[in-house]
Amino acid sequence: MDFQLTDDQRALRAGVRELLDRRFGRERLRAAVDAPGLDRALWRELGEAGFFALRLPEAEGGVGLGLPEAVLAFEEAGRALLTGPLVATHLAAGEVPGAATGEAVVAAVDGTVVEWLDEADAVRGDVTGAVAMRSADPLTPLHRVPRAGPPDPVAALLTAAEQLGSASRTCELAVQHARTREQFGRPIGAFQAVKHLCSEMLVRVEVARGAVYAAAVTADPLDIATAGLLADEAAEHGARDCLQVHGGMGFTWESDVHLHLKRAWLRARRGQSAAEAEEALAADLVAAAPGPRT
Amino acid sequence: MDLSYTPEEEEFRARLREWLTKVLPGLPPKPSPDDWPGRRAYDLGWQRMLYDAGYAGLHWPADAGGRGATPTQHLIFLEETEKAGAPYVGANFVGLLHAGPTIAAEGSAGQRARWLPPVLRGEEVWCQGFSEPDAGSDLAALRTRARRDGDDYVVSGSKIWTSHAEVADWCELLVRTDAKAPKHRGISWLAMPMDAPGITVRPLRTLAGSTEFAEVFLDEVRVPVANRVGEENDGWRVTMVTLSFERGTAFVGEVVACRRVLGELAREARKNGRWDDTVLRRRLGRLNAEFLALWRLTQWNVSESERSGGVPGVGGSVFKLRYSRARQDLYDAAADVLGPEALDLDSPWTLDRLSSLSYTIAAGTSQIQRNIVAERILGLPKGR
Repeated sequence: MDFQLTDDQRALRAGVRELLDRRFGRERLRAAVDAPGLDRALWRELGEAGFFALRLPEAEGGVGLGLPEAVLAFEEAGRALLTGPLVATHLAAGEVPGAATGEAVVAAVDGTVVEWLDEADAVRGDVTGAVAMRSADPLTPLHRVPRAGPPDPVAALLTAAEQLGSASRTCELAVQHARTREQFGRPIGAFQAVKHLCSEMLVRVEVARGAVYAAAVTADPLDIATAGLLADEAAEHGARDCLQVHGGMGFTWESDVHLHLKRAWLRARRGQSAAEAEEALAADLVAAAPGPRT
Repeated sequence: MDLSYTPEEEEFRARLREWLTKVLPGLPPKPSPDDWPGRRAYDLGWQRMLYDAGYAGLHWPADAGGRGATPTQHLIFLEETEKAGAPYVGANFVGLLHAGPTIAAEGSAGQRARWLPPVLRGEEVWCQGFSEPDAGSDLAALRTRARRDGDDYVVSGSKIWTSHAEVADWCELLVRTDAKAPKHRGISWLAMPMDAPGITVRPLRTLAGSTEFAEVFLDEVRVPVANRVGEENDGWRVTMVTLSFERGTAFVGEVVACRRVLGELAREARKNGRWDDTVLRRRLGRLNAEFLALWRLTQWNVSESERSGGVPGVGGSVFKLRYSRARQDLYDAAADVLGPEALDLDSPWTLDRLSSLSYTIAAGTSQIQRNIVAERILGLPKGR
């Protein structure tokens, strides 16, 4: 057993982080908030880097990697708050022309919601009767549709990976702030009340990480359900605690914390609901042949 | 990322399973919880069986008489013994998991030869004399003092929360040998024979009604200077070498056990009709996710320590914070499944629920663990 990142996986993660730092850093992120829309040049660059064709066999022009590598790439996307229908386009690679290379933008019905419908060149699922809404997440345009699409376990796993990346980032942001913001003559991170908030954030991140990575290795539905529950918890609760650590600054538009929180809320609505995941995990407890026991 | 086991690891597992199937039916009946001499004999007997089969000191280095097994083999051992219902480490806990490894790391050749083999063979029991009434979370504030008198230290003071004190042969004892030095620098580590004159052991009754540990009073107890491990006043470092030596395996058996218990609880709920309660059923589903994730985190941590060659880490604090809470949640959920039975002391669930309350306190409270995570992993400034 070697349940750790391989050297290649570390290199891949570092490569994606470097690309996103360079092409979707903080300035670009804030510019996207002020002028919403999909950056087609960046989309093609992601395509060239193999973001969408990552799991496509090499014979079909893909990178030929697996779910663990995809999970690492999507974790970085979540960390950077990268915009666009990333999961839908990744899943469409090899099926929708241009998806693999980033020439096409593919949206998909997930639950009763479609992200990025107006920017999409292709849509998967039935969008008859789609109605635009004013999206709570300033970086993700949304439509509602009357008929729900079927849940896709791989989409759920990649979403969990994005949640993990976001949770890890909000923990870092909280710690950075707690180290530098001074009140009562010392950094607020010296106070246990603040310290313990940060510790609990890290605990949720690390527990979710084990679950998400394991689900990437096994692709087992119960591992994926577990990953979804724990990554949602880590991202939503983490963004809230990060906001709390930032105090009044956390409640402002100019802080990035609300962008993480709103996206975490949006992602938590994708795929099966928490109640459905819990029901599946409960059913496993009394199943004749239970899921992964070890 | 690979969750599959190597052929060598699978072979280790298969041989262990085969051995367990062979020997477990022949074990004597479990002694009652209050029968301390019986418990000692039972636990030592199991250790002797492990020794004879080549499983004693699996995680100890080979030059200390151990097997030098990898963290993954240790994980497999703990997983399989728990699944097979084998006895727990019990009275051998301190000897195998703390005092022994400390002596192996810091003791002289003579000390290693004297104390290590009897632990591995299941002949001697150790207990731990660390905490004091006024030194709990702030362990380094301990006040039990040792005055040098010729070739002996003369030790006076009191220790608390000492498990197995009634039946121990030796106590790994932290004493203050320099009252003027800063608190971490005036402590020494001694091996105290429990039959020395001047030792009084008084059992402490826990909220579960059992006597799981004791107070130990020391009145001018003579301990040979030769029983000191490490230099005088270097005992804090000597202790921490082992205390922070965590390979991710500390809770393997417990997580396996909790997953089994959760399955039993779900079947119980199906039987008594509580399964039809949607809220309760989902809570059990959530607990399934919780313990599956803790199992995955265990595999992650064990692989990490395998890669680093067992370098001390603080990842154990992250794990313990989540696990201790999850265990309490499990037994709270059990109470809601069981209804009035949860108030019946003759139900094993009741005692287990009461015992679970110690998990957020023992071996470093959750508050201390959060400080450790914040300061040593996240790099937040010290301060209260």
